[in-house]
This record gives sequence, C-alpha cells and structure tokens, in this order.
Amino acid sequence: MSKTFFSKTHEYVTVDGENAVIGISDFAQKALGNVVYVDMPEEGDEIEAGEDFGAVESVKAASDLIAPVSGEVIEINEALEENPRLVNEDCMANWIIKVKLSDPSQLDDLMDAEAYAAFCASEAAH
Amino acid sequence: MENIRKTCLYPRHIALGAQMSPFAGFDMPIQYKGIAEEHNAVRNACGVFDVSHMGEVLISGPDAEKYVNHIFTNDITGAPDGKIFYGMMLHPDGGTVDDLLVYRRGENNFLLVINAANIDKDIDWMFKCAECYNVRIEDLSDELGELAIQGPEAESVMENVLGIKCADLAFYTFRETALPNGSAILVSRTGYTGEDGFEIYAYPGIIVDIWDALMASGNAEPCGLGCRDTLRFEVGLPLYGDELADDITPLEAGLGIFVKLDKPGGFIGRDALAAQKAEGLRRKLVGLELADRAIPRHGYEVLTADGSEVIGAVTTGYRGISVDKSIAMALIDARYAEKGTPVAVRIRKKIFPATVTAKKFFKKSYKK
Repeated sequence: MSKTFFSKTHEYVTVDGENAVIGISDFAQKALGNVVYVDMPEEGDEIEAGEDFGAVESVKAASDLIAPVSGEVIEINEALEENPRLVNEDCMANWIIKVKLSDPSQLDDLMDAEAYAAFCASEAAH
Repeated sequence: MENIRKTCLYPRHIALGAQMSPFAGFDMPIQYKGIAEEHNAVRNACGVFDVSHMGEVLISGPDAEKYVNHIFTNDITGAPDGKIFYGMMLHPDGGTVDDLLVYRRGENNFLLVINAANIDKDIDWMFKCAECYNVRIEDLSDELGELAIQGPEAESVMENVLGIKCADLAFYTFRETALPNGSAILVSRTGYTGEDGFEIYAYPGIIVDIWDALMASGNAEPCGLGCRDTLRFEVGLPLYGDELADDITPLEAGLGIFVKLDKPGGFIGRDALAAQKAEGLRRKLVGLELADRAIPRHGYEVLTADGSEVIGAVTTGYRGISVDKSIAMALIDARYAEKGTPVAVRIRKKIFPATVTAKKFFKKSYKK
C-alpha cells in the first residue's frame, strides 16, 4: 500500500516500502504554469530533507525543489528531460525522482492529503 | 505593499483573472492565459499591453532642443516634428541613467518616455542638468496612460477596430490625433516586441475606452509583462536593469548606433564614452546559446569554457518561445566576445557549455 505525503513547499512523497517517489503537487504545477525544464539530480546523489535537490522552471522563473525527506536517489524520471510538460499533464504520475529513504520518521513532519488540501486552501486565500 | 500603485486598467486586469505582480512600484499583469500563448499572439496576430506604468516627461521652453541634446546620446538637432528618437541619458562617467524615447512635438517641445522603475531618478537627474537652460520640465507620468498594440495585425486592428488612421505612419514617427468620438490621443509606430505595432498615449478614461473596444472586438489578445520580456529579449532589445544600468555604458551594451559622439555640443557622458571607445571595451554584451535544456537566468555566472574563471554574468535568459533553445544575453569580458567562442554558464550546482552568438535570436519584422 502506497501513501502520499506533502510538504509546505508543495512537493509530494509517495512511499512504497523503503522507497519513495518525489514530485511537485497539482497546486505547484498550476502556480508555475507551463514547465519548460526540470533540473534533476543524478542517480546515486544523496538528498537531504529541507535542502534543494533541483529546480522546476517555467518560462518566467526557476523554482527550487526542496527535498521533503532524506535519501539516496535511485532513479530519475528521464521522460522529463525531453518532455518537461508531463509535469503539467499529470504531476502525480510524472514524479521527478525515486529515492531510498534514509529516515522514514521524517514522514511524520509532512502533511497527509487532507491536511495539505486545507493548507493549499489557506495559501490560495492570501 | 502599502504604496503599490495601480494603472487605470487595474480593474480590467483583475476581471480578466490576470496573474498580478509588483513591477517598478506598480501592481502589473504578468500574464492572463499564459506567457507562451500571449507571446505567440503578438508574433502571429495582435496583442495589447497595458504599459501605463511607463513615465512621460514634457520638456518645453526656448532651450528645449539644446537641453534634450545635452542630456541625450542621440542627435535630435533639426529633426522634423513627429519624429521619434531612441537613446540614453548618461552619467558623466558614461554609466546609463536610463534608456528612453524622445518624441519631437515642436521646435521646443519634446515628450520623453522613460522606464517606470526610473521615474523618480530620471526626474531628479533632469532637474539637476537643467540649471543653465531655460526649460520647463513637467512630469506627466501620473496623468497619461499608455497602450502598446503589437503584431502583424496591429495596423488592421488600429484602423478597423479603433478607427485610428495609421497605415501611413512611418516607423519611429507619431501624430497627435483623435478617436472617432473626438478623444485626443498620441499614436506612434513604436514598440518593444520586434513586431510591427503602435503605442497610444492618452488620458486614463480614453485608455480604458480603447482597451474595452479591443477586448469587445476579440481581435487583440491581452498580453502581460511576462511576454513583453520574452518578446523583446528574443529580438535583442535591452531592458534597463538587465542589459543597461548605472554602471553599464551603451557602448558595452552594443548600442553605439544610438550614441552620437560627434554631435555638436556633445552630451553628458560623451567624453567618458569617447575614452572608452578609444581604449577599447573591456566587456561586451553578447548572446549565448546552450546545447542543454537548462535555462540561464539573470545574474548567473558566465565562465571560461573549462569553468576555471568567471568572465561575466547573464543579463537575461530564457527557454526561447519563438526560438526553441536555451538562450541568453550576457555581459562578459570582451576577450571572449567573438561569435563562436566556447564559454560556460553556472546554473545552480552544475556548469553547462555555451557558445557566444549574436544578441538577436529572432528576426525583427518592423514595417518601415
């Protein structure tokens, strides 16, 4: 059974066993607009919760990707290299990296789907 | 953001659902439907921009022509009424106070159109430079609105939707005329997109009426500042704050054709530029093209091809829209400025190879 968690910086983590995929939420892809480039780390890189591990770029701006959890990158979504707009088409299916979690307890600091929806509603109201 | 200003079209932007963002002290529309769609509307058909944030300054009085020539790099001497000049105001050291348009309305009457971000600085500068001249300097920035109607169909939209006769208006000229309902407007064949197009200056109520007529016609796409930047960038037009600044000279920015070093009487900054030209430029504005999809952005470091030495910085960069490449303008050490020179750009943690190119990535389609 996989479960999805969200960060306040609008990345999601879908956990399946000791591995997880990380991408950006629907709220984030809508706010960005057309994604023209996804800057990804390389397989084998270590990412650290709270640190940037790449960027998603729209025409206008680059937005850092902030790691919601720590771990080792075991796969990157190579399809995004040629077709970054897949993030706009289906951001949940088109995750950005797959990691091996180094500290699953970090998931406790993230929001579940319900809490994240409420968080987005409060952000949008600003 | 207590002091943020709004143009006369602010309620229209909100009603259209524009994404708004502060720019030069104004809450401005960045995009409506999307930057790429709006960009393509201007390249292929017609788009309209609210550029009411721009500053307008009227210079009049017996010494007006002499005074404008004194503060402006281009030569306006003896030009016919209705002619427009592009050029810069410079500091004595050659750095750029602002780039601007000068509209000649009469022998001693000129309208200067300046960047919104520089209005206060420019007005202070103009007064400072006016001591020995018998001129009147009036800041009309708050009183006038401005629209830019741009694209290959702009002429037909102006004539058929707005009833403004403009087919005979030559590039970089203007006329003061009226809408069919009698409202006074100033119309010029100018723009900042690399496409044919017009700019209209008028009092706010008239600007709102024109905007409403354009929206009702469906023949002009509302365009935000987002695509204004991608459009001007692809055709190599500079933006003050990126390619020009207080510490960048027009010669470094490759704008020498708008600098008349030999004009009678000279101009402020002339000697500094003449010396810079004689000594040879130490840095130059160039184009850069990347093979990778990574996007060079303003401020990113430009390095030697082996990545060992910083040789400059990106001034503007995008994934081009009309040109599907990662491209940039950059101010770099002149020794590396020759076209074809391999260099590199640092994008976050990685270094990407790049090649020096011309600054124009896309051909302008002016109707001259």
